[in-house]
Amino acid sequence: MLLIHCPYCDETLPELEFAYAGEAHVIRPEDPSAMSDEEWRDFLFIRTNARGPHFERWRHVHGCARFFNAVRDTVSDRFLLTYKAGEPRPDLASLEAAQ
Amino acid sequence: MPRYSAFAVVKNALTGHKGWREQWPDAQPKKEYDVIIVGAGGHGLGAAYYLAREHGITNVAVIDKGWLGGGNTGRNTTIIRSNYLYDESAKLYDHALDLWDGLSQELNYNVMFSRRGVMMLAHNVHDVQSFQRHVHSNRLNGVDNRWLSAEEAKEFCPPLNISREARYPVMGAALQMRAGTARHDAVAWGYARAAAARGVDIIQNCPVIAIRRGPDGAVTGVDTAKGFIGAKKVAVSAAGHTSVVMESAGVRMPLESFPLQALVSEPVKPVFPCVVMSNTVHAYISQSDKGELVIGSGTDQYTSYSQRGGLPLIEHTVAAICEIFPIFNRMRMLRKWGGIVDVTPDRSAIIGKTPVKNLFVNCGWGTGGFKATPGAAHVLAHTVATGEPHALNAPFTLDRFRTGRLIDEAAAAAVAH
Repeated sequence: MLLIHCPYCDETLPELEFAYAGEAHVIRPEDPSAMSDEEWRDFLFIRTNARGPHFERWRHVHGCARFFNAVRDTVSDRFLLTYKAGEPRPDLASLEAAQ
Repeated sequence: MPRYSAFAVVKNALTGHKGWREQWPDAQPKKEYDVIIVGAGGHGLGAAYYLAREHGITNVAVIDKGWLGGGNTGRNTTIIRSNYLYDESAKLYDHALDLWDGLSQELNYNVMFSRRGVMMLAHNVHDVQSFQRHVHSNRLNGVDNRWLSAEEAKEFCPPLNISREARYPVMGAALQMRAGTARHDAVAWGYARAAAARGVDIIQNCPVIAIRRGPDGAVTGVDTAKGFIGAKKVAVSAAGHTSVVMESAGVRMPLESFPLQALVSEPVKPVFPCVVMSNTVHAYISQSDKGELVIGSGTDQYTSYSQRGGLPLIEHTVAAICEIFPIFNRMRMLRKWGGIVDVTPDRSAIIGKTPVKNLFVNCGWGTGGFKATPGAAHVLAHTVATGEPHALNAPFTLDRFRTGRLIDEAAAAAVAH
């Protein structure tokens, strides 16, 4: 069972309270009608699927119900950091140096 | 390579079993091959076998980062069926089912294919309607499938609990009699032995670090832990690690990798005659010829390469099994494990060409690739040998995520995920 830190509740809680919500920092198109088929494919279907640190969204669905972002190592499943939605994407090199 | 037969068993039994030889040599890489297949699972080894047998291409290497058959081929729950909804899927999986039929004889290797029937339980009105739709669709496609009442289901599988008092009562079931199980390790070993006998090199413990491309963009070979190996064509069949390998060639894939878990019980005497799947309560179960109950669980909600998976899923699955089959309440579980499955957005596989010249891919089998092993291997070999897809895998392109011509089994199929 993963233990996940909710940055809003400021508590570390079992995985069962949370719902995974896919890759983070996927930016919605500002002008959908101007998008090519390739751009739609990349937005809708292509994912990083990183082996190692992965930026992802979680939702504290059985708590505050808010979405937040996390950096998790997909090989060890260890969380490197969780941070509030809307905060800038953290720098991976400094994150790894801090570990 | 000596043939296996009853005569060979008797002869070796009388001579102290000193006559058995290794089933295939542990090859070291040559400088160059006509075709390199990345990933020595059932699909990759099978493709090498069909390249040699059907297309006369024997200068082939199958490379794996671990031991052959050690990935999802050796981690699945061995279920084989073809009752998919859409025409494209039904044809592809039924092609595989046809090939399963004669596989033991063809490979001279007992893959223990057993047509014991796969029964899918309906627990509510929606299940009943959607499974009956499946039955009709399958029959129109010439795919075996039929509808059973709850009583008929109980007759076919006596341990089943059809009490109206159950939390999720059984309202009926769809039964595919042609479906069943096979021994998954033997599938990898049988293909490996048959391919090696035709001159294919199987290179184990040799991680592929990157796919290398020449100045014209075409594939020139692969960088591995044992150095560079040249290749005229490369086919990637690396399951959960496909997107990592493909990224090294500059191709980003519509894939996400999730852990999928399974578990087995202590071995007991034969008690369970078929395969039963229940998508609503999410459990599937069969009994291996060794006597273990083989139980399939679900995928974790998060992407991962850890090959473990979380315990909450196991708890959920076992609770469902105990509800449907009360006789297994006291059964002890021996082992649980995870495999990393590569899931596409429409839950259908990708088999075919890529934007890179002479680079081919077979991936996206998600939670159900084992059943397709001979079929996928067969059409992948065709695609690699001729440079164009076989009619059966032509719809399963990588390009469908650009054109929008999806094969949306995610919303439609009799799959649980």
